[in-house]
Amino acid sequence: MGIRSYQRKFKRMNRRELLKLAPVLALGAFAIPKFQEPLLKKGLAFSDWVSARMFRKGHLATTFADSELTPFPKFPINGYDVDDPQVDFDTWTLTTGGSVQEPGEYTLAQIQTLPKFRQNTRHVCVEGWDVIGRFGGARLSDYLNMIGADLNAKFVTVECADDYYESLDMETALHPQTLLCYEMYDQPLSRVHGAPVRLQIPTKVGYKQAKYLTDLKVTNVLKRVGYWEDQGYSEFYGL
Amino acid sequence: MQEAVLEIMSEKGDTVTTAVYEHPLVVRLCHWLNAISLFVLAGSGLQIFRAFPSFGPKVPQHVLINWPKAYAIGGWLGGALQWHLTFMWIYLVTGLVYVGYQLFSGHYRQVLFVPKDIRGLWPMVRYYFFFGRKPPVTEAYNSLQKQAYTTAIGLGVLSVLTGLAIWKPVQFSWLAWLMGGFHYARIWHFLVMWAIIAFVFGHLVMVVLHGWNNFVSMLTGWKKNPEYGPR
Repeated sequence: MGIRSYQRKFKRMNRRELLKLAPVLALGAFAIPKFQEPLLKKGLAFSDWVSARMFRKGHLATTFADSELTPFPKFPINGYDVDDPQVDFDTWTLTTGGSVQEPGEYTLAQIQTLPKFRQNTRHVCVEGWDVIGRFGGARLSDYLNMIGADLNAKFVTVECADDYYESLDMETALHPQTLLCYEMYDQPLSRVHGAPVRLQIPTKVGYKQAKYLTDLKVTNVLKRVGYWEDQGYSEFYGL
Repeated sequence: MQEAVLEIMSEKGDTVTTAVYEHPLVVRLCHWLNAISLFVLAGSGLQIFRAFPSFGPKVPQHVLINWPKAYAIGGWLGGALQWHLTFMWIYLVTGLVYVGYQLFSGHYRQVLFVPKDIRGLWPMVRYYFFFGRKPPVTEAYNSLQKQAYTTAIGLGVLSVLTGLAIWKPVQFSWLAWLMGGFHYARIWHFLVMWAIIAFVFGHLVMVVLHGWNNFVSMLTGWKKNPEYGPR
Protein backbone atom coordinates (compact mmCIF):
# COMPACT_ATOMS: atom_id res chain seq x y z
CA MET A 1 0.00 0.00 0.00
CA GLY A 2 1.20 3.50 -0.81
CA ILE A 3 1.27 6.55 1.44
CA ARG A 4 -1.96 7.80 -0.10
CA SER A 5 -3.97 4.78 0.95
CA TYR A 6 -2.56 4.96 4.48
CA GLN A 7 -3.52 8.60 4.65
CA ARG A 8 -6.99 7.78 3.35
CA LYS A 9 -7.30 5.15 6.03
CA PHE A 10 -6.25 7.67 8.65
CA LYS A 11 -8.88 10.09 7.39
CA ARG A 12 -11.56 7.42 7.53
CA MET A 13 -10.59 6.57 11.08
CA ASN A 14 -10.80 10.23 12.03
CA ARG A 15 -14.25 10.48 10.49
CA ARG A 16 -15.40 7.43 12.43
CA GLU A 17 -14.13 8.95 15.66
CA LEU A 18 -15.91 12.20 14.89
CA LEU A 19 -19.19 10.34 14.33
CA LYS A 20 -18.91 8.78 17.77
CA LEU A 21 -19.57 12.25 19.19
CA ALA A 22 -23.12 12.08 17.79
CA PRO A 23 -24.68 11.73 21.28
CA VAL A 24 -23.68 15.35 21.91
CA LEU A 25 -26.11 16.37 19.16
CA ALA A 26 -28.93 14.88 21.25
CA LEU A 27 -28.72 18.03 23.37
CA GLY A 28 -29.88 19.85 20.26
CA ALA A 29 -33.38 18.62 21.16
CA PHE A 30 -33.41 21.42 23.74
CA ALA A 31 -33.25 23.91 20.88
CA ILE A 32 -36.38 22.50 19.20
CA PRO A 33 -39.42 24.38 20.52
CA LYS A 34 -41.63 21.29 20.45
CA PHE A 35 -39.30 19.28 22.70
CA GLN A 36 -37.89 22.08 24.80
CA GLU A 37 -40.74 22.49 27.27
CA PRO A 38 -41.34 18.80 28.01
CA LEU A 39 -37.59 18.19 28.38
CA LEU A 40 -37.14 21.08 30.81
CA LYS A 41 -40.22 19.92 32.75
CA LYS A 42 -38.60 16.48 33.04
CA GLY A 43 -35.36 18.03 34.24
CA LEU A 44 -37.18 20.08 36.86
CA ALA A 45 -39.26 17.07 37.93
CA PHE A 46 -36.07 15.04 38.34
CA SER A 47 -34.56 17.80 40.48
CA ASP A 48 -37.73 17.81 42.58
CA TRP A 49 -37.56 14.03 42.97
CA VAL A 50 -33.96 14.31 44.20
CA SER A 51 -34.99 17.19 46.50
CA ALA A 52 -37.69 15.08 48.12
CA ARG A 53 -35.15 12.27 48.70
CA MET A 54 -32.74 14.77 50.28
CA PHE A 55 -35.36 16.01 52.76
CA ARG A 56 -34.71 14.65 56.27
CA LYS A 57 -37.69 14.94 58.58
CA GLY A 58 -35.60 15.16 61.74
CA HIS A 59 -33.14 17.71 60.39
CA LEU A 60 -33.81 21.23 61.68
CA ALA A 61 -33.11 24.44 59.83
CA THR A 62 -30.50 26.63 61.51
CA THR A 63 -31.92 29.01 64.11
CA PHE A 64 -30.38 32.38 64.89
CA ALA A 65 -29.81 34.69 67.84
CA ASP A 66 -32.06 37.73 68.28
CA SER A 67 -29.05 39.91 67.41
CA GLU A 68 -28.90 38.34 63.94
CA LEU A 69 -32.50 39.18 63.04
CA THR A 70 -33.22 41.38 60.04
CA PRO A 71 -34.89 44.50 61.50
CA PHE A 72 -38.65 44.14 61.10
CA PRO A 73 -39.06 47.21 58.81
CA LYS A 74 -36.51 45.63 56.46
CA PHE A 75 -38.39 42.32 56.22
CA PRO A 76 -39.67 42.34 52.62
CA ILE A 77 -43.40 42.29 51.93
CA ASN A 78 -43.93 40.02 48.97
CA GLY A 79 -47.38 39.54 47.53
CA TYR A 80 -48.19 38.40 44.04
CA ASP A 81 -51.25 40.58 43.79
CA VAL A 82 -52.30 42.82 46.68
CA ASP A 83 -50.39 43.37 49.91
CA ASP A 84 -53.58 43.52 51.96
CA PRO A 85 -56.58 41.48 50.81
CA GLN A 86 -58.79 43.10 53.52
CA VAL A 87 -59.44 40.00 55.61
CA ASP A 88 -62.27 40.54 58.12
CA PHE A 89 -60.68 39.31 61.36
CA ASP A 90 -64.01 39.17 63.22
CA THR A 91 -65.48 36.53 60.94
CA TRP A 92 -62.26 34.81 59.86
CA THR A 93 -62.02 31.03 60.19
CA LEU A 94 -59.75 28.44 58.69
CA THR A 95 -62.03 26.23 56.63
CA THR A 96 -60.62 22.76 57.14
CA GLY A 97 -61.53 19.67 55.18
CA GLY A 98 -60.43 16.71 53.12
CA SER A 99 -59.13 13.53 54.75
CA VAL A 100 -59.75 14.72 58.31
CA GLN A 101 -61.97 13.32 61.06
CA GLU A 102 -63.18 16.71 62.23
CA PRO A 103 -63.63 19.04 59.30
CA GLY A 104 -65.05 22.47 59.96
CA GLU A 105 -64.43 26.14 60.60
CA TYR A 106 -61.57 26.73 63.03
CA THR A 107 -61.05 30.10 64.67
CA LEU A 108 -57.74 31.78 65.46
CA ALA A 109 -58.47 31.24 69.17
CA GLN A 110 -58.72 27.50 68.57
CA ILE A 111 -55.39 27.50 66.73
CA GLN A 112 -53.89 29.49 69.59
CA THR A 113 -54.87 26.82 72.13
CA LEU A 114 -52.15 24.66 70.59
CA PRO A 115 -48.62 25.01 72.05
CA LYS A 116 -46.92 28.13 70.73
CA PHE A 117 -43.44 27.89 69.22
CA ARG A 118 -41.15 30.78 68.39
CA GLN A 119 -38.20 30.50 66.02
CA ASN A 120 -35.63 32.79 64.43
CA THR A 121 -35.08 31.28 61.01
CA ARG A 122 -33.88 32.25 57.57
CA HIS A 123 -36.44 33.09 54.91
CA VAL A 124 -35.06 32.42 51.42
CA CYS A 125 -36.79 33.79 48.34
CA VAL A 126 -36.61 32.07 44.97
CA GLU A 127 -35.33 35.40 43.64
CA GLY A 128 -32.17 35.03 45.67
CA TRP A 129 -32.57 37.36 48.64
CA ASP A 130 -32.74 36.13 52.21
CA VAL A 131 -33.64 37.56 55.59
CA ILE A 132 -33.70 36.22 59.13
CA GLY A 133 -37.03 36.68 60.85
CA ARG A 134 -38.68 35.84 64.15
CA PHE A 135 -41.86 33.85 63.82
CA GLY A 136 -44.35 32.42 66.26
CA GLY A 137 -47.28 30.09 65.92
CA ALA A 138 -48.62 26.57 66.27
CA ARG A 139 -46.97 23.59 64.70
CA LEU A 140 -48.88 22.51 61.63
CA SER A 141 -48.36 18.91 62.84
CA ASP A 142 -50.22 19.73 66.08
CA TYR A 143 -53.06 21.25 64.08
CA LEU A 144 -53.21 18.21 61.80
CA ASN A 145 -53.42 15.98 64.89
CA MET A 146 -56.12 18.18 66.43
CA ILE A 147 -58.34 17.90 63.35
CA GLY A 148 -57.68 14.17 63.05
CA ALA A 149 -55.96 14.41 59.68
CA ASP A 150 -55.00 11.26 57.83
CA LEU A 151 -51.24 11.59 58.23
CA ASN A 152 -50.68 9.01 55.52
CA ALA A 153 -52.24 11.34 52.98
CA LYS A 154 -49.76 12.84 50.56
CA PHE A 155 -50.50 16.55 50.65
CA VAL A 156 -51.78 19.49 52.63
CA THR A 157 -53.21 22.22 50.43
CA VAL A 158 -54.09 25.78 51.36
CA GLU A 159 -56.03 28.61 49.79
CA CYS A 160 -55.63 32.25 50.56
CA ALA A 161 -57.68 35.44 50.81
CA ASP A 162 -55.83 36.86 47.80
CA ASP A 163 -56.65 33.78 45.67
CA TYR A 164 -53.10 32.49 46.07
CA TYR A 165 -52.91 28.74 46.64
CA GLU A 166 -50.23 26.29 47.65
CA SER A 167 -49.59 22.63 48.47
CA LEU A 168 -47.15 20.90 50.77
CA ASP A 169 -45.88 17.35 50.91
CA MET A 170 -46.99 15.63 54.14
CA GLU A 171 -43.40 15.09 55.36
CA THR A 172 -42.74 18.83 55.30
CA ALA A 173 -46.18 19.54 56.81
CA LEU A 174 -45.24 17.33 59.78
CA HIS A 175 -41.76 18.88 60.21
CA PRO A 176 -41.42 20.39 63.71
CA GLN A 177 -40.46 23.82 62.32
CA THR A 178 -43.46 24.07 59.98
CA LEU A 179 -45.77 26.60 61.62
CA LEU A 180 -49.25 27.98 61.27
CA CYS A 181 -47.72 31.35 61.96
CA TYR A 182 -49.73 34.12 63.66
CA GLU A 183 -46.87 36.17 65.13
CA MET A 184 -43.84 37.95 63.76
CA TYR A 185 -41.23 39.59 65.97
CA ASP A 186 -43.48 38.76 68.99
CA GLN A 187 -46.33 40.88 67.59
CA PRO A 188 -49.55 39.64 66.02
CA LEU A 189 -48.96 39.03 62.33
CA SER A 190 -49.57 42.25 60.38
CA ARG A 191 -51.96 42.33 57.42
CA VAL A 192 -49.21 42.77 54.83
CA HIS A 193 -47.30 39.80 56.22
CA GLY A 194 -50.30 37.51 55.95
CA ALA A 195 -52.65 38.05 58.90
CA PRO A 196 -54.29 36.40 60.57
CA VAL A 197 -52.46 33.13 59.78
CA ARG A 198 -49.75 32.22 57.28
CA LEU A 199 -47.51 29.24 56.69
CA GLN A 200 -43.94 29.59 57.92
CA ILE A 201 -41.67 26.81 56.73
CA PRO A 202 -37.91 27.28 57.14
CA THR A 203 -37.26 24.14 55.07
CA LYS A 204 -39.04 25.59 52.02
CA VAL A 205 -38.47 28.49 49.67
CA GLY A 206 -40.58 31.63 50.21
CA TYR A 207 -43.34 31.09 47.68
CA LYS A 208 -44.45 27.88 49.42
CA GLN A 209 -45.14 29.88 52.60
CA ALA A 210 -48.60 31.15 51.74
CA LYS A 211 -50.12 34.15 53.52
CA TYR A 212 -53.71 35.08 54.57
CA LEU A 213 -54.84 31.44 54.79
CA THR A 214 -58.56 30.78 54.41
CA ASP A 215 -58.78 27.07 53.60
CA LEU A 216 -56.76 24.00 54.50
CA LYS A 217 -57.27 20.56 53.08
CA VAL A 218 -55.64 17.14 53.51
CA THR A 219 -55.64 15.18 50.31
CA ASN A 220 -54.00 12.54 48.15
CA VAL A 221 -54.76 14.21 44.86
CA LEU A 222 -53.58 17.58 43.65
CA LYS A 223 -55.76 19.27 41.07
CA ARG A 224 -53.32 22.14 41.05
CA VAL A 225 -49.99 22.49 42.81
CA GLY A 226 -49.48 26.15 43.59
CA TYR A 227 -49.76 29.59 42.07
CA TRP A 228 -46.13 29.77 40.93
CA GLU A 229 -45.60 26.04 40.45
CA ASP A 230 -48.41 25.95 37.92
CA GLN A 231 -46.51 28.55 35.92
CA GLY A 232 -43.33 26.50 35.86
CA TYR A 233 -41.60 26.84 39.22
CA SER A 234 -40.31 23.87 41.17
CA GLU A 235 -43.09 21.93 42.92
CA PHE A 236 -41.06 20.70 45.87
CA TYR A 237 -38.43 23.40 46.35
CA GLY A 238 -37.17 22.22 49.71
CA LEU A 239 -34.16 24.08 51.01
CA MET B 1 -8.17 -0.12 21.81
CA GLN B 2 -6.43 1.89 19.15
CA GLU B 3 -2.70 2.20 19.09
CA ALA B 4 -1.68 5.44 20.67
CA VAL B 5 0.88 6.51 18.08
CA LEU B 6 0.62 6.35 14.33
CA GLU B 7 3.34 7.04 11.78
CA ILE B 8 2.91 7.11 8.04
CA MET B 9 6.19 6.85 6.18
CA SER B 10 7.13 7.30 2.55
CA GLU B 11 8.91 4.52 0.62
CA LYS B 12 12.23 6.23 1.36
CA GLY B 13 11.50 5.88 5.02
CA ASP B 14 10.83 9.55 5.97
CA THR B 15 7.96 10.15 8.24
CA VAL B 16 5.20 11.98 6.37
CA THR B 17 2.59 12.12 9.08
CA THR B 18 2.66 11.30 12.74
CA ALA B 19 -0.37 11.32 14.95
CA VAL B 20 -1.06 10.67 18.60
CA TYR B 21 -4.34 9.45 20.03
CA GLU B 22 -4.70 12.12 22.71
CA HIS B 23 -8.32 12.14 23.77
CA PRO B 24 -10.29 8.94 24.32
CA LEU B 25 -13.96 9.03 23.37
CA VAL B 26 -15.18 9.31 26.97
CA VAL B 27 -13.05 12.43 27.47
CA ARG B 28 -14.28 14.00 24.22
CA LEU B 29 -17.92 13.28 25.05
CA CYS B 30 -17.54 14.70 28.55
CA HIS B 31 -15.72 17.74 27.18
CA TRP B 32 -18.42 18.74 24.72
CA LEU B 33 -21.42 17.86 26.89
CA ASN B 34 -19.83 19.74 29.76
CA ALA B 35 -19.00 22.72 27.55
CA ILE B 36 -22.62 22.98 26.40
CA SER B 37 -24.00 22.60 29.91
CA LEU B 38 -21.56 25.22 31.17
CA PHE B 39 -22.83 27.65 28.55
CA VAL B 40 -26.45 26.97 29.54
CA LEU B 41 -25.68 27.16 33.27
CA ALA B 42 -23.91 30.51 32.96
CA GLY B 43 -26.67 31.95 30.74
CA SER B 44 -29.53 30.73 32.92
CA GLY B 45 -27.60 31.62 36.07
CA LEU B 46 -27.36 35.21 34.90
CA GLN B 47 -31.12 35.23 34.24
CA ILE B 48 -31.67 33.94 37.79
CA PHE B 49 -29.35 36.68 39.03
CA ARG B 50 -31.48 39.24 37.18
CA ALA B 51 -34.37 38.44 39.55
CA PHE B 52 -32.35 39.98 42.40
CA PRO B 53 -29.23 41.58 40.92
CA SER B 54 -27.73 42.41 44.28
CA PHE B 55 -25.81 40.89 47.15
CA GLY B 56 -27.06 43.35 49.71
CA PRO B 57 -30.42 43.59 51.48
CA LYS B 58 -33.76 43.31 49.69
CA VAL B 59 -35.06 46.40 51.54
CA PRO B 60 -33.73 48.72 50.24
CA GLN B 61 -32.40 47.01 47.13
CA HIS B 62 -29.18 48.27 45.55
CA VAL B 63 -28.81 46.93 42.03
CA LEU B 64 -25.24 45.75 41.45
CA ILE B 65 -25.33 45.07 37.72
CA ASN B 66 -28.15 45.45 35.24
CA TRP B 67 -27.29 42.32 33.29
CA PRO B 68 -28.95 42.54 29.85
CA LYS B 69 -31.69 40.02 29.20
CA ALA B 70 -30.32 39.39 25.71
CA TYR B 71 -27.24 37.75 27.27
CA ALA B 72 -29.22 35.42 29.48
CA ILE B 73 -31.11 32.16 28.98
CA GLY B 74 -34.63 31.23 30.05
CA GLY B 75 -36.60 34.43 29.49
CA TRP B 76 -37.84 34.71 33.08
CA LEU B 77 -36.86 33.43 36.51
CA GLY B 78 -38.97 30.27 36.34
CA GLY B 79 -37.73 29.41 32.85
CA ALA B 80 -34.11 30.03 33.82
CA LEU B 81 -34.47 27.80 36.88
CA GLN B 82 -35.78 25.01 34.65
CA TRP B 83 -32.71 25.28 32.41
CA HIS B 84 -30.38 25.54 35.40
CA LEU B 85 -31.88 22.61 37.33
CA THR B 86 -31.85 20.45 34.20
CA PHE B 87 -28.36 21.14 32.87
CA MET B 88 -26.73 21.02 36.28
CA TRP B 89 -27.19 17.24 36.14
CA ILE B 90 -25.41 16.99 32.78
CA TYR B 91 -22.65 19.22 34.14
CA LEU B 92 -22.31 17.12 37.29
CA VAL B 93 -22.39 13.73 35.59
CA THR B 94 -19.93 14.65 32.81
CA GLY B 95 -17.64 16.21 35.43
CA LEU B 96 -17.74 13.09 37.60
CA VAL B 97 -17.26 10.71 34.66
CA TYR B 98 -14.30 12.76 33.40
CA VAL B 99 -12.54 12.92 36.76
CA GLY B 100 -13.37 9.26 37.45
CA TYR B 101 -11.95 8.21 34.09
CA GLN B 102 -8.78 10.26 34.53
CA LEU B 103 -8.15 8.68 37.92
CA PHE B 104 -9.06 5.16 36.80
CA SER B 105 -6.99 5.25 33.62
CA GLY B 106 -4.02 6.99 35.18
CA HIS B 107 -4.22 9.74 32.55
CA TYR B 108 -4.51 12.28 35.34
CA ARG B 109 -0.72 12.10 35.62
CA GLN B 110 -0.48 13.90 32.25
CA VAL B 111 -2.53 16.85 33.32
CA LEU B 112 -2.64 17.11 37.11
CA PHE B 113 -0.57 20.01 38.40
CA VAL B 114 1.87 18.79 41.05
CA PRO B 115 4.58 20.65 43.00
CA LYS B 116 7.32 19.67 40.51
CA ASP B 117 5.46 21.63 37.83
CA ILE B 118 5.97 24.89 39.71
CA ARG B 119 9.46 25.19 38.18
CA GLY B 120 8.08 25.19 34.67
CA LEU B 121 5.46 27.89 35.26
CA TRP B 122 7.58 31.02 34.92
CA PRO B 123 9.25 30.06 31.61
CA MET B 124 5.81 29.41 30.10
CA VAL B 125 4.41 32.70 31.43
CA ARG B 126 7.47 34.49 30.02
CA TYR B 127 6.92 32.81 26.67
CA TYR B 128 3.21 33.57 26.44
CA PHE B 129 3.08 37.06 27.89
CA PHE B 130 6.57 38.59 27.75
CA PHE B 131 7.98 37.39 24.41
CA GLY B 132 10.34 34.95 26.13
CA ARG B 133 12.00 32.00 24.43
CA LYS B 134 9.76 28.97 23.91
CA PRO B 135 10.59 26.28 26.46
CA PRO B 136 11.19 22.83 24.95
CA VAL B 137 8.03 20.75 24.60
CA THR B 138 8.56 17.47 26.43
CA GLU B 139 5.09 16.46 27.51
CA ALA B 140 1.53 16.52 26.20
CA TYR B 141 0.75 19.33 28.65
CA ASN B 142 3.15 22.00 29.83
CA SER B 143 3.13 23.16 33.43
CA LEU B 144 1.03 26.25 32.74
CA GLN B 145 -1.58 24.10 31.01
CA LYS B 146 -1.55 21.66 33.90
CA GLN B 147 -2.06 24.54 36.28
CA ALA B 148 -4.97 25.87 34.20
CA TYR B 149 -6.72 22.51 33.79
CA THR B 150 -6.22 21.55 37.42
CA THR B 151 -7.60 24.90 38.52
CA ALA B 152 -10.57 24.43 36.18
CA ILE B 153 -11.42 21.11 37.82
CA GLY B 154 -11.11 22.77 41.22
CA LEU B 155 -13.47 25.54 40.07
CA GLY B 156 -15.87 22.90 38.76
CA VAL B 157 -15.95 21.26 42.18
CA LEU B 158 -16.48 24.64 43.83
CA SER B 159 -19.29 25.53 41.43
CA VAL B 160 -21.12 22.35 42.41
CA LEU B 161 -20.54 22.81 46.15
CA THR B 162 -21.53 26.49 46.18
CA GLY B 163 -24.54 25.64 44.02
CA LEU B 164 -25.56 22.86 46.40
CA ALA B 165 -25.27 25.29 49.32
CA ILE B 166 -27.68 27.70 47.61
CA TRP B 167 -30.09 25.03 46.43
CA LYS B 168 -30.18 23.12 49.73
CA PRO B 169 -29.01 25.51 52.46
CA VAL B 170 -30.98 23.58 55.11
CA GLN B 171 -30.14 19.98 54.19
CA PHE B 172 -26.49 20.97 53.58
CA SER B 173 -26.36 23.62 56.29
CA TRP B 174 -22.75 22.64 57.10
CA LEU B 175 -21.78 23.44 53.52
CA ALA B 176 -23.59 26.77 53.61
CA TRP B 177 -21.97 27.43 57.00
CA LEU B 178 -18.50 26.80 55.53
CA MET B 179 -19.23 29.50 52.97
CA GLY B 180 -20.58 31.94 55.53
CA GLY B 181 -24.25 31.05 55.18
CA PHE B 182 -26.73 31.10 52.29
CA HIS B 183 -26.12 34.76 51.61
CA TYR B 184 -22.37 34.33 51.07
CA ALA B 185 -22.74 31.00 49.27
CA ARG B 186 -24.68 32.91 46.62
CA ILE B 187 -21.80 35.39 46.26
CA TRP B 188 -19.25 32.55 46.02
CA HIS B 189 -21.34 30.78 43.39
CA PHE B 190 -21.40 34.00 41.34
CA LEU B 191 -17.64 34.57 41.68
CA VAL B 192 -16.82 30.96 40.80
CA MET B 193 -18.87 31.40 37.61
CA TRP B 194 -16.77 34.39 36.57
CA ALA B 195 -13.57 32.49 37.36
CA ILE B 196 -14.75 29.66 35.11
CA ILE B 197 -15.66 32.14 32.38
CA ALA B 198 -12.12 33.58 32.67
CA PHE B 199 -10.70 30.07 32.28
CA VAL B 200 -12.88 29.40 29.23
CA PHE B 201 -11.75 32.69 27.69
CA GLY B 202 -8.07 31.80 28.15
CA HIS B 203 -8.75 28.27 26.93
CA LEU B 204 -10.36 29.57 23.72
CA VAL B 205 -7.51 31.99 23.07
CA MET B 206 -5.08 29.08 23.37
CA VAL B 207 -7.18 26.92 21.07
CA VAL B 208 -7.02 29.63 18.41
CA LEU B 209 -3.26 30.11 18.90
CA HIS B 210 -2.52 26.40 18.71
CA GLY B 211 -4.20 25.86 15.41
CA TRP B 212 -6.39 23.40 13.64
CA ASN B 213 -4.71 20.07 14.43
CA ASN B 214 -4.93 20.79 18.11
CA PHE B 215 -8.64 21.65 17.85
CA VAL B 216 -9.42 18.56 15.77
CA SER B 217 -7.86 16.32 18.40
CA MET B 218 -10.75 17.14 20.76
CA LEU B 219 -13.15 16.01 18.02
CA THR B 220 -11.48 12.87 16.68
CA GLY B 221 -9.05 12.06 19.46
CA TRP B 222 -6.09 12.10 17.04
CA LYS B 223 -3.61 14.93 16.99
CA LYS B 224 -1.65 15.18 13.76
CA ASN B 225 1.98 16.16 13.92
CA PRO B 226 2.16 16.80 17.68
CA GLU B 227 4.90 19.08 18.93
CA TYR B 228 6.13 16.60 21.49
CA GLY B 229 7.75 13.30 20.57
CA PRO B 230 5.27 10.40 20.56
CA ARG B 231 6.13 7.73 23.09
